[in-house]
Amino acid sequence: MKAKHVTVESRLCWGLAGILSAAWVIITVFPFIFMVLNSFKEKFEILTEGVFSWPKHFYLENYITVFEKGIGRYFFNSIIVCAISLIIALLVSACAAYPISRLKFKPNQYLLLVIIACMSIPVHITLIPIFKMSKDIGLYDSIASLIGPNVAFALPISIFILTGFMAGIPRELEEAAEIDGCGRFMSFLSIIFPLTKPGLATLAIYNGVEIWNGFIFSYTLTQSPESRTLPLAIWDFQGMHSMNAPMIMAVLTITFLPMLFLFIIFQEKLMEGMTVGAVKG
Amino acid sequence: MKEKTKKAQSEMTLTARRGIADRNASLILTLPAIILLIIFILYPIIDSFHISLLKWNGISSDKQFIGLGNWKKLIEDGAFWKAFINNIKIMLLSLLIQLPVALLLSTFLHVIGTKGKALKCLWFIPMLMSSVAVGFLFKYALSTTDGIFTTLSMMLGGGRVDLLGSSRFALLTVAMVICWQFIPFYMIFFLASYSNIDREIYEASLIDGATKPKYFIYVALPLLGPAIRNACVLSMVGSLKYFDLIYVMTNGGPGTATELMATYMYKLSFKEFNMSYGSTVASGMLIVITLFASITMRLTTPKER
Repeated sequence: MKAKHVTVESRLCWGLAGILSAAWVIITVFPFIFMVLNSFKEKFEILTEGVFSWPKHFYLENYITVFEKGIGRYFFNSIIVCAISLIIALLVSACAAYPISRLKFKPNQYLLLVIIACMSIPVHITLIPIFKMSKDIGLYDSIASLIGPNVAFALPISIFILTGFMAGIPRELEEAAEIDGCGRFMSFLSIIFPLTKPGLATLAIYNGVEIWNGFIFSYTLTQSPESRTLPLAIWDFQGMHSMNAPMIMAVLTITFLPMLFLFIIFQEKLMEGMTVGAVKG
Repeated sequence: MKEKTKKAQSEMTLTARRGIADRNASLILTLPAIILLIIFILYPIIDSFHISLLKWNGISSDKQFIGLGNWKKLIEDGAFWKAFINNIKIMLLSLLIQLPVALLLSTFLHVIGTKGKALKCLWFIPMLMSSVAVGFLFKYALSTTDGIFTTLSMMLGGGRVDLLGSSRFALLTVAMVICWQFIPFYMIFFLASYSNIDREIYEASLIDGATKPKYFIYVALPLLGPAIRNACVLSMVGSLKYFDLIYVMTNGGPGTATELMATYMYKLSFKEFNMSYGSTVASGMLIVITLFASITMRLTTPKER
């Protein structure tokens, strides 16, 4: 009798959980359906037919216009900025994490404290000085101006995580190499660095997404479409066509696709990488 | 005897040599990182504080040293404190909504295990968009003319719904969008923390007669403590720095209803070109964030014995 009572109760529980989780799926996915559906509509269709209706015919003009107006350039810039910044950031942070985690030199520990302190610094405090700097050295309004700040703000978290990662590698590996006459640099390059690859991959995802989505530096340090990155494409298009909601939805869909593809390919790895920043606290 | 000292000596030199090798390698390998951090983070911070002591529009060469004038203005500036209060409201709403919902979702995913993979992926989707994109998406999805709620309300015979345009609901609406965007982040984070809990603990508690709900309330949740604490600090600091989404969605409006410290600072510096006062606001923001972060860390870190 009692067992039956429990099953009814647990069934109710599961039913409720099922309904809630379905509701949450709707909440997370619906805005995307809204976005994609409306991107195929004509300019005034959204006003006359409402936002929920199925597009009358799949109107591709929005996408064609967006490409004709040069979203490709923003894409290209984003890829260049992201790739260069990532390579520099990962190399520099791996180099710095090695001595902090594995070499006996007192000041390294103070450096680690400074790096941890840097993790909660808001970018806004650096904005005006960096803006000034880029004007002074003539980098203003070029994609090169974005690389420095992107790298610098990727460093603290990367060094912090790699330090933890490298500290976990057994000492014996290096000691054996040292007996064989391997210097510090050789042992870093040939033993530690290759073993750090999983950590580097995770950080590449985390920093890559941050840089790819970065808005404020690109918005402040660049002006012309020739040197702006993808998040600014949304901004610029919205400036030009703010009344044309379907066109903006097309831009949003285009900028969303690369991340969606990455997510479909990497799934777990991407989710893990994107949340690695949670150690910041 | 002689042999012994010689051996000791050579050992000494070995440790000394090692020390020197460690020092040299440390200095060279950390140098690039140190240089980059100095140029792009540490020097700008000092420079911001310096600019905050000037009267300067950011462009002209006319810089006037006015001492603490800007700081006095900041302390008396109602707009800054209003923005600060808005940041605090966003922070509280984030803490009260994001973390519990994320915890609930991750608990559910953990209970159903690998069967929930599709669910997990669907729930993660909001994280795939940049804040700018999320801001614009919801700006249109919530618009008065053809937004989701307006369409729904019209279908039911009601009037237009203007969530972002009303000074009463704008901040709450924006906070909800922020929650929508970040719940998946904390969900995955908590889920990872759940899976770090030793499987044996789960089995042991089942043997001790705990039911699944009891296991989660009395065993798993306390073990999740450090993760929850981390998430709190992260969410608090994040809320104080918030910029992109609000800047594109409401630009601080209507009026100053959704103005945050960061949007206020940005508009002052790059729209009104009052860079010296903008720097003061940015510096004030840094001080506020640093205070908040260190106080919460101190309060929530369990005392070590």
